Amino acid sequence: MKRFEPLIEWALFACALLSVGTTAGIIVVLAVETFAFLREVPLTDFLFGTEWTPLFASPQFGVLPLVAGTVLVSAIAMLVALPMGLLSAIYLSEYADERVRRVVKPVLEILAGVPTVVYGYFALLFVTPLLQRVLPGLTGFNALGPGIVMGIMILPLVSSLSEDAMQAVPRGLREGSYALGATRMQTSLRVVLPAAFSGITAACILAASRAVGETMIVAIAAGQQPRLTLNPMLPIETMTAYIVQVSLGDTPQGTIEYRTIFAVGMLLFLGTFLLNLVSAWLRERFREEYA
Amino acid sequence: MFHLHFRVALVVLLVAVAAACGRGSQPSGEGGGALITLDGSSTVFPIAEAVAEEYGKANPDIRTPTVGISGTGGGFQKFCRGETDISNASRPIRPAEIEACGKAGIEYIELPIAYDGLAIVVNPGNTWATEITVAELKTLWAPEAQGKVTRWNQVRGSWPDREIHLFGAGVDSGTYDYFTEATVGQEGASRGDFTSSEDDNVIVQGVSSDGLALGFLPLAYVEQNRSRLTLVPVDDGKPDNGAGPITPSADTVRGGTYQPLSRPLFVYVSRKAADRPEVQQFVEMFFSRDDLVREVGYIELTPPIYELARKHFADRRVGTAFGEGGSQVGMTLEALLARER
Repeated sequence: MKRFEPLIEWALFACALLSVGTTAGIIVVLAVETFAFLREVPLTDFLFGTEWTPLFASPQFGVLPLVAGTVLVSAIAMLVALPMGLLSAIYLSEYADERVRRVVKPVLEILAGVPTVVYGYFALLFVTPLLQRVLPGLTGFNALGPGIVMGIMILPLVSSLSEDAMQAVPRGLREGSYALGATRMQTSLRVVLPAAFSGITAACILAASRAVGETMIVAIAAGQQPRLTLNPMLPIETMTAYIVQVSLGDTPQGTIEYRTIFAVGMLLFLGTFLLNLVSAWLRERFREEYA
Repeated sequence: MFHLHFRVALVVLLVAVAAACGRGSQPSGEGGGALITLDGSSTVFPIAEAVAEEYGKANPDIRTPTVGISGTGGGFQKFCRGETDISNASRPIRPAEIEACGKAGIEYIELPIAYDGLAIVVNPGNTWATEITVAELKTLWAPEAQGKVTRWNQVRGSWPDREIHLFGAGVDSGTYDYFTEATVGQEGASRGDFTSSEDDNVIVQGVSSDGLALGFLPLAYVEQNRSRLTLVPVDDGKPDNGAGPITPSADTVRGGTYQPLSRPLFVYVSRKAADRPEVQQFVEMFFSRDDLVREVGYIELTPPIYELARKHFADRRVGTAFGEGGSQVGMTLEALLARER
């Protein structure tokens, strides 16, 4: 078997190289096309313009409406996922008994495995009509429905990772807290939660970056109208949905319209990259070391 | 022991890979024959798809033709690169496209296959928009309206002071080209702040779930969603082709009174593909099966026009009858027929 060793080592190295190479390739393509885009459209027009109509006769290349759409939907998703995810993590880690935990946690994680196209139509054909009964002004395509559904989708990310972080808190800390006469609630919120802070924050930021990059749900249910608004009742368009919209049509390669999708993609990439960096930094910075 | 397992695993893996590759490379139909490929207008798609299906049923030993939806413009791009046999179009070929085809040495036969009406639709809950004039459509959709005309009462004073939400076909579609030509007066000129999609079902969904919506889409999609959308009759202000607002229907479209939002639909067959017997058989079905046209919600041509198209195809008459190219408003095929005689 010894003679296989170097072969296997090389195979593994090649696998690692492949993923690094893919990432590098993506960045290069994004950068080249974005550079070509920015030669025709000034950076300030792109970043601070308030109108996005690149496909029409008098094109405007202000990306702010798309950014606003992305931020709006992601914020709604986080408003749903954060409280629910954290509370279920606390319940699962501190309150639920082992048997319940073993059943509930995998069931919760199934939510993450539902195809996003299913979530998209769930938002469009079920959640939005339901919301329209309560909110008569709600349009058929809107930010609210997909935002809520996206929150449900990233919920397991928040709850599962947070729960792992809380489980990692040493037993001694909890026992010390109980010994001082603290209740279960006090122990959970004031001892375990702060001790697991770095892991929980990392989980939340990861969930946020997932929400920002999510495509199918918003492409199906949020509408395709770039509109600079923070009103969740109206149709909007996110950066990812724009990329889908252009790809669905037949935009000739090498035109400015074609390059917009790379410029938007680059912005999206930088955004999620930044979020992941912050998440990694927080994990390092606030890691509690227990000997 | 480990050695054996490794070998077994390797063999299993190889077999699996071989099986997967084998399945991929095998032709899906018996007998084969070259596949007929179509692409282009999403408006023409339902007809082409229905004909392709019937053709596949009638000829089980030939592979069912594939029909893509890249929009009329996108379809011509592929067609003029020689990637497709037939291009579906909801407007005549444009000069730039004629040039592209010419450069690549692709000749084509232009065949009208059906009529379509462009419908203006609102939500069934809309009680005020019972008719609209072409001038009002222009006010609403012109590029100058962007960000300014945003409320119903800005279009007509008696309509409510509420927001208007606009839906329409995407800029790659012939539907968009034709609509802008017919209402705004210039092909490709419109406001940019509306929900635009290449998929007409998105527009159906949008208008049917939004009480303040107004949209335009092919009449066929309205027929399929009768209960979810309300048609708005259109008044072109020209009494000589039918006075007052006209509701789109088979009769008003074919008769030329629903103007300016009626148009003929075409397929463009590559001259080279026209020599293939399976293509000839397939194209013939566009003329002989006008029941399919009706079935998917479009309006069939009159028999003399089908006869003319059949003759064009038999004569391999290449080029376009629309010299100026692009969308032309108010052009009926009867007039075209008369011109040719």
